[in-house]
Amino acid sequence: MGNVLKIIFQRLALGLLTLLIVSIVIFVAVNLLPGDFAQSILGQGATPEAVAAIRQDLGLDQPLLTRYFQWLGGVIQGDLGTSFAQANFASFTGTDSGATTVAQQIAPRFANTMFLAMITAAIAVPFSIFLGVLAALYRNTVFDRATNIFTLTSISSPEFFLAYILILFLAVLNPIFPSLSNIFEGMPFGERVEKSMLPALTLTLVVTAHMMRMTRAAIINLLASPYIEMARLKGLSPMRVIVKHALPNALAPIINVIALNLAYLITGVVVVEVVFVYPGIGQLFVDSVKIRDIPVVQACCLIFATAFILLNLTADIMSILSNPRLRHPK
Amino acid sequence: MIWFVAALVGMAALAWAFRFAGQVATGNAPKFRDMPYGVAYGYVLGVAVLAWLVWAYMQGRSDDQAIANKFFFLRIAIEGFIIFAIAAWIFRLLGRSVGTAGTKKLFRAMPLTASFGILTILVYAVFAIFAGVIAPYGQEQIIPGVAANIIPGGDPALGGNPDFPLGTDQIGRDILSRLIYGAQNTVGIAFATTVLAFLLGGTLGFLAATLGGWLDQLLSRAVDVLMAIPSLIFALLLMTIASVWAPELGIPLTVFMVIIIAVIDSTRVYRLARAVGQNIVVMDYIEAAKLRGEGLGYLVFKEILPNATAPLLAEFGLRFCFVFLTIAALSFLGVGIQPPLADWGTMVRDLGGFVNFAQFAPMAATAPLLAAGAIALLTVAVNFVVDWMLQKSSGLKE
Repeated sequence: MGNVLKIIFQRLALGLLTLLIVSIVIFVAVNLLPGDFAQSILGQGATPEAVAAIRQDLGLDQPLLTRYFQWLGGVIQGDLGTSFAQANFASFTGTDSGATTVAQQIAPRFANTMFLAMITAAIAVPFSIFLGVLAALYRNTVFDRATNIFTLTSISSPEFFLAYILILFLAVLNPIFPSLSNIFEGMPFGERVEKSMLPALTLTLVVTAHMMRMTRAAIINLLASPYIEMARLKGLSPMRVIVKHALPNALAPIINVIALNLAYLITGVVVVEVVFVYPGIGQLFVDSVKIRDIPVVQACCLIFATAFILLNLTADIMSILSNPRLRHPK
Repeated sequence: MIWFVAALVGMAALAWAFRFAGQVATGNAPKFRDMPYGVAYGYVLGVAVLAWLVWAYMQGRSDDQAIANKFFFLRIAIEGFIIFAIAAWIFRLLGRSVGTAGTKKLFRAMPLTASFGILTILVYAVFAIFAGVIAPYGQEQIIPGVAANIIPGGDPALGGNPDFPLGTDQIGRDILSRLIYGAQNTVGIAFATTVLAFLLGGTLGFLAATLGGWLDQLLSRAVDVLMAIPSLIFALLLMTIASVWAPELGIPLTVFMVIIIAVIDSTRVYRLARAVGQNIVVMDYIEAAKLRGEGLGYLVFKEILPNATAPLLAEFGLRFCFVFLTIAALSFLGVGIQPPLADWGTMVRDLGGFVNFAQFAPMAATAPLLAAGAIALLTVAVNFVVDWMLQKSSGLKE
């Protein structure tokens, strides 16, 4: 068992290292911007004194390396900086009147996005495993082929196409769900679920295809094994053979794919949140990109990358834990 | 809701009756005797869905405008599906009887989905290449004396204009022409980006595989870091920066976008090219070529590349889809292909609000769906072809 712990710690350390390098990449990329924020906020006619004042206020007069470590130190303590767009500059008002920090801005939206991702996972995971088992059970039939075409179509359509199709059929023509997901704090749980149903369904369509195809492939891979043959010869029904004998052994690749798809959800969420005006972190990110609110962009990027790395790491560790051959490397 | 549950329960009873009737009618033939209940239910469900589709189609053709509007899109979808299926079938038939023996053989074993994919890609290619000839108006042309927001359909009674079968957008440009030019811009830019990504990723991947050592380590670790950031997020971040640089350097933002997406996607190509290359490098014929004293260029282009064509070709199709979808998503978010170039992603964003009028004026809602559908159709077609190629090359029969 010590061996496994060692491998897991190695992976965790590697993940942390990756995260550190990613933070450097993001920071350097952002600082490639010509000019700086102080100049762009004050425009062409700014006096040098005013620019210098704001620069000092935001700490933009420090060298790059110092700023990076200040930022990193802040991030570790949960301080993601001050949003440029929301800041009211101390040098103008005379007093620091408690500018909105990025962390305050992001926290509720992050919770909303997590809520959406969880609803999606709750629908998509059982649904795709069910479909995958069925497709493996009735492989090479009309049902299998129809599911194949359906999933291939949904995986290759852009998210906004699926979103508008769902709006068209489930919100406009048959008013079942609202097409605007205006979630706010203190909303009752049921209403919240109802409002986030359409974005969740869109994301479900996007991720189901991959998970379902992998479930099917993983199960079919096992069907040639001797113990499956044995179960069949015992006279078990095909359903029982697959659910009781094939599925538990196919779980490792399936869990791996689920983790990877949850990581994919994080990117897919951006477009979907914009279509449905869902107040999540993806929408905040796109809005900040448009107004070039650098601290927010930086922080959102880092959060997305962290979630992405963490989920990939989970997939990695899961596949090590579930595979004895990887658990005991030669 | 109650009706839905009732229908499901009714179908459950029907499934039992169906199996029992089959057993009695065929004198307990093995097909019905050994049929699990789930399969019987599946048959009944399938028939029910088909029946519902036929009913919905008839509703779509009903004389009552309110009902017809409600089922208008379903009707179009069903008609489109049938037309596409027939077109693909005719195309396959044509391929089987025209052409050389090789292509005939290829078409004979082709599934309908693949022939549909090839036909669609050909049609898109024609539109993309001859957009200037086919399109009735220019992509940026604001036609004088023509109102904005003409409803598609060309029926004057409903606010259309026969000169503009798909209507005009908010500032009076012809939507049909913009859709056709979109094939040129969106598909053309995506294609160029994919080619660039392959040149970059493929070359570096093969180099890393042949040379190994510190170059391999350096490139692979750099790629690992780039791949740790979700690609759409990274693209958005870099596009923010590019959008500031573009006007200062006087280079169009679209050029930046092509380079950014090509670099991000080349990491995926690099991974594949390196993996495939490493398998080839250990072959005896590479050893022989090395002993002959061949140079690096010969090894990469004459020995490794020809042996890596099949997986790279399939990857090219998939990569094109990803690039195409990324560009469409960026344009949809407003930071991709810039106006006045006609582009499908931007068109969906601009016209998207019209979907909400679908209940009263279904024609008005078609414009954004057409643009989004054009994107979906092409990626679906490419995926079908890639799926078929992979199945063919791996010889999987399952």
